Amino acid sequence: MFSFILRRLGVLIPTFFGITLITFALIRMIPGDPIEVMVGERTLDPVMHAAAMKRLGLDQPLYVQYFDYVSKLFHGDLGASLKTQESVWNEFTTLFPATLELALCALVFATVFGLLAGVVAAIKRGSMFDHGVMGLSLTGFSMPIFVWGLLAVMFFSVFLGWTPVSGRIDLMFDVQPQTGFMLIDAWRAELLDPDINAGAFKDAVMHLILPTIVLGTIPLATIARMTRSSMLEVLREDYVRTARAKGLSPARVIFIHTLRNALIPVLTVIGLQVGTLMGGAVLTETIFSWPGIGKWLIEAIGRRDYPVVQNGILIVATLVILTNFVVDILYGIANPRIRHAK
Amino acid sequence: MSLLQIKNLSVEFGNAANPFRAVEGLDLSVNQGEIVGIVGESGSGKSVTMMAMMGLLEGQGRIVADQLEFDGKNLLTISAKERRKIVGKDIAMIFQDPMTSLNPSYTVGYQIMEVLKVHQGLRGAELKARALELMELVEIPAPKSRLEAYPHQLSGGMSQRVMIAVALACNPKLLIADEPTTALDVTIQAQIMDLLVNLQKERNMALLMITHDLAVIAEVAHRVAVMYAGQVAEEGVVPQLFRQPVHPYTQALLSSIPEHSKGAHRLSTLPGIVPGQYDRPKGCLLSPRCPHVQPRCRDERPAITPHQHGAVRCFYPLFDKEAS
Ligand SMILES: Nc1ncnc2c1ncn2[C@@H]1O[C@H](COP(=O)(O)OP(=O)(O)O)[C@@H](O)[C@H]1O
Ligand code: SF4
Ligand SMILES: [Mg+2]
Repeated sequence: MFSFILRRLGVLIPTFFGITLITFALIRMIPGDPIEVMVGERTLDPVMHAAAMKRLGLDQPLYVQYFDYVSKLFHGDLGASLKTQESVWNEFTTLFPATLELALCALVFATVFGLLAGVVAAIKRGSMFDHGVMGLSLTGFSMPIFVWGLLAVMFFSVFLGWTPVSGRIDLMFDVQPQTGFMLIDAWRAELLDPDINAGAFKDAVMHLILPTIVLGTIPLATIARMTRSSMLEVLREDYVRTARAKGLSPARVIFIHTLRNALIPVLTVIGLQVGTLMGGAVLTETIFSWPGIGKWLIEAIGRRDYPVVQNGILIVATLVILTNFVVDILYGIANPRIRHAK
Repeated sequence: MSLLQIKNLSVEFGNAANPFRAVEGLDLSVNQGEIVGIVGESGSGKSVTMMAMMGLLEGQGRIVADQLEFDGKNLLTISAKERRKIVGKDIAMIFQDPMTSLNPSYTVGYQIMEVLKVHQGLRGAELKARALELMELVEIPAPKSRLEAYPHQLSGGMSQRVMIAVALACNPKLLIADEPTTALDVTIQAQIMDLLVNLQKERNMALLMITHDLAVIAEVAHRVAVMYAGQVAEEGVVPQLFRQPVHPYTQALLSSIPEHSKGAHRLSTLPGIVPGQYDRPKGCLLSPRCPHVQPRCRDERPAITPHQHGAVRCFYPLFDKEAS
């Protein structure tokens, strides 16, 4: 188990460097630098341009800039936004709870319904339910988030009027950001000030539902398909036949002897969804004007805010990698063969 | 009265347009305390017969029979819930590949105790004591520490011992052993076989031993059924069936055992394989491979017919040739 962890850790370091290199290169490949983008259509005096670039250190050769960037990273300096002068880390921690709240809700939604649909589809293999789940999940899986998100907004929010179109909470409520999680903050606000904030929690939930579904759709489809195929595979195992030959109840056979083993690969897939969710959050937050890091990064790319883009992506990527690392370890714990390996 | 009585059992796979009878018109009875051997090549329907009886083919095969009775209970009409009170308790089964038959995620102890909990409601210290007792019964060394072991930490022979412990947990009246040694090393095979036979004697339980090792059957079984392509080709009591096989297939099987063959005739088994779903002949199922085939055999299927020491399914049984 210990060497298993060490091996996984060993992979992290090159990955980390790869990310710094890629974000550094990619943002510079987009035409236009921060000054040009800021000036926009107005004509830019070349002398002033050069002076501004020099002030930002962007006149240096690329390898010097990269070296500078990485050595600052080693000192824990994530830089500051070119626009707000606020440190990237502070901006990130302010905005991250909004994204985390959305991503967690989407992950819970996708896991609960994905497992349920996958298990039932496997048990009732070949039934209408099975075909329905598989068809829908294929659709959900191949639908671009942008299309699906806009369709969902138009139908449920605009046409049916069931959910709000955008944002995290209605402006009429007075909710102070305490934890950054709107569900918690709204709930507290409602408790503290029932006169003004009656219904704030429900409003926060209503704001959250549609983005959760839109963001959770691809993970839901992935988890459902993986659960189904993993269940079907394990159901064919000899030890499941043994379980039935022991005279165990169908529930015991399914949940204790089949699902437990079928979950091991599903767990990895759920872990991998964290990456999908972060990528999806960028689009979902843009569609729903959700003030999280997705929206923050898109805007930073728009204004070529190099420090925000580079380090924002680096932080997100590190979180994704760490989550996958934790999932790997959980995988080891769930699987006695790995847990007991020397 | 027999403990297990099967009459005219058929098991069908596939859809209605394309059915495949893996077992057809099978009769079998097992008395209390008796060892009955079932032999036959791979694919002759031995496992399917047992799985059908245990109710393990649910949703896969269609089962019809005139009679399927165990210990006075009609397994054909019994509810699934009632069946689960018998299966794993009064009828237990062990399988061919012990390494894959244990659940890799649970300890050996858990898998033994599970049956004791479900069928006998044992709990706590009593439960653990009984599990240890069972591990000792199947001669597992260091049973205390093995209780905590996971299946991947055990050898094949040890896994099969655990499977036997699970099977014997509730003192079954009938133990079905489906090729229990096929997947094991030769040296281990004899140990496991001895263990099974000793336990059978000790507890006077019935043992249905499936194997394609005729030498073992000749040694331990009281009666034998020889299966071919889903049917019983010949059935009889032990010394007679081995001394005087009357079905051409039984004879061919016997001559493939080293002791029975002489020199160059060692591999005098039948050429070809058991016909599967698409190549079952119209007449006698053995006719494409039978050395004694006659024109009638290709058109008609023989019925199983009783004789002095058993029963045989052949138009031209080999009574006379053997006698002369
Ligand atoms: N679940 C199943 N579905 C379809 N065919 C099956 C199934 N199980 C077994 N069979 C077929 O039934 C025949 C008998 O198989 P089996 O009883 O396993 O033979 P054996 O005598 O070697 O134990 C084989 O042709 C096999 O392919
Ligand atoms: S009926 Fe004919 S083909 Fe079939 S076993 Fe007897 S002799 Fe052979
Ligand atoms: Mg078999």
